[in-house]
Amino acid sequence: MLYINKISKTFNPGTINEKRALHELSLHLAPGDFVTVIGGNGAGKSTMLNAVAGAWPVDAGSITIDGVDVTALPEYRRAYLIGRVFQDPMLGTAPDMWLEENLALALRRGQPRGLRWGISARERETFREQLAQLGLGLEDRMTAKVGLLSGGQRQAVTLLMATLKKPKLLLLDEHTAALDPKTAAKVLELSDQLVARDNLTTLMVTHNMRDAIAHGNRLIMLSEGRIVVDVSGERKMKLTVRELMDLFSQASGRDETDDKLLLS
Amino acid sequence: MAAYLSLLDPAALLRACPGGIAQGLIWGVMALGVYFTFRILDLADLTVDGSFATGGAVCIMLIAGGMNPELALVICTLTGAVAGVITGLLHTKLGIPAILAGILTQISLYSINLNIMGKANQAINAGAVKLRITSNAMFLGRTIGLTAFCCLILMIILYCYLGTENGCAFRATGNNAAMSRAQGINVDREKIIGLALSNGLVALSGGMLSQFQGFADVNMGRGAIVIGLAAVIIGEVLGELIVGKRINYFLRLVFTVIGSIVYYLVYVLVLWLKFPANDMKLLTAIVVAIFLAVPYLQKQSKSSFRHAGKRARKEQKAGEQ
Repeated sequence: MLYINKISKTFNPGTINEKRALHELSLHLAPGDFVTVIGGNGAGKSTMLNAVAGAWPVDAGSITIDGVDVTALPEYRRAYLIGRVFQDPMLGTAPDMWLEENLALALRRGQPRGLRWGISARERETFREQLAQLGLGLEDRMTAKVGLLSGGQRQAVTLLMATLKKPKLLLLDEHTAALDPKTAAKVLELSDQLVARDNLTTLMVTHNMRDAIAHGNRLIMLSEGRIVVDVSGERKMKLTVRELMDLFSQASGRDETDDKLLLS
Repeated sequence: MAAYLSLLDPAALLRACPGGIAQGLIWGVMALGVYFTFRILDLADLTVDGSFATGGAVCIMLIAGGMNPELALVICTLTGAVAGVITGLLHTKLGIPAILAGILTQISLYSINLNIMGKANQAINAGAVKLRITSNAMFLGRTIGLTAFCCLILMIILYCYLGTENGCAFRATGNNAAMSRAQGINVDREKIIGLALSNGLVALSGGMLSQFQGFADVNMGRGAIVIGLAAVIIGEVLGELIVGKRINYFLRLVFTVIGSIVYYLVYVLVLWLKFPANDMKLLTAIVVAIFLAVPYLQKQSKSSFRHAGKRARKEQKAGEQ
């Protein structure tokens, strides 16, 4: 479903701030794969997701989603293939627009937007049903501005928006990092449900090793812009945090004691 | 003081009001355009000072050349839209900050407007051409009716547009560009569409004003953006006072035009009070600055460091006693 073929990205090349963020990174996801991505700060996790989403062009390599080579496509032109949830709950929704308007925008992802009405009565009904399933009482607040919702509610709405029109690929970029533990757990549970419902191919970046182990069918670890650990199937299911730490030290060739990684 | 008061003639004020209302309605069209960029696209577009005069210049020259005045308004709307597209291209394709892109187009339009007219101002012989929008006192009632009708039609069209798929994408672009891109919206295109639409309205307003006054002047757009902003802001304050926080887009547009009318009625009043006409722009700028500052200062007074410090000292004192 997703082929990342030897992509590289260097930020600020030729300057003192030069940062080699991705180094000939390759990754292949089969349809229905749910891959969790971990790694220390600056390992290239978010950079990899941004490369796939098309935040900027890659320096080398190619990216193919569902058979479509998207390497040359800007973000908005590959958006029809991708559902996306950001780390910052404020980024995924338009705060001054109504909840139902946000959902209607998401439903039209990848379609030409002409002069038909932006939202239909029938769509409103489906939105109401879908919001009711979130169990947050949002179905009664469809004409509230999204900016009035809490961070957790907004993240749940963004998740719904990302999956409303079934994407070929779902990108979750530390989407629970800015939430309190209880809300984070709820949003993660919701992510699992939505992914399972539509059997979505998913890449989920997380800072939390436990979450990385508990979710998905495959786990990759990044270090210095490369994939250094890749476990799946039976082996991933039995993985412990301790083992993961050891794997990481071996693979990266140094004793990684990144505090963020330990926080789990 | 008594001498000054004796100079003021209440009847003169009443006589001046219809003209103020007509001008307010004409500038209201322009304010609708400013609302689109300033409030919806969240972008201060300074093209308008130039495109307003372009609208006037094109309209006058076409009428002088024998074109039907209504058709001339359509053409001048299109030329304004072209100016907007140029600002949009400078901003999105060449990476020039929006304010600067607007200033560049505005200053180039100054030369273009001079070229269109051949000199700094051009008048049409009001006797020879039958104008439906005119400051002629005999037809002022009809002018007001016609411009009000124009505003109403435009507001309905714009309101409907904002409700369409494209209008929603347009609003999302101004509200959250990152989210818009992630939803597959071509943000650059939406900005260009918005600037074209806005400057089209501005030029239409300029064309209407040139018909109203019977001439176009290369300086007629100077400070137009400030008048547009004044109308938008006065309209918002009134709208919130009368309708409250949950005001819909149609009423927002209505109040923008009302804001413009209020602005011109105040203008008439201030002139009636013998305020020097040369100082009007200064006064306008002060009014806009006050209206922009008040919401900010209100917020500040509720939560400022100075007040927090005062409260802390008070609590400390109370504790000591």
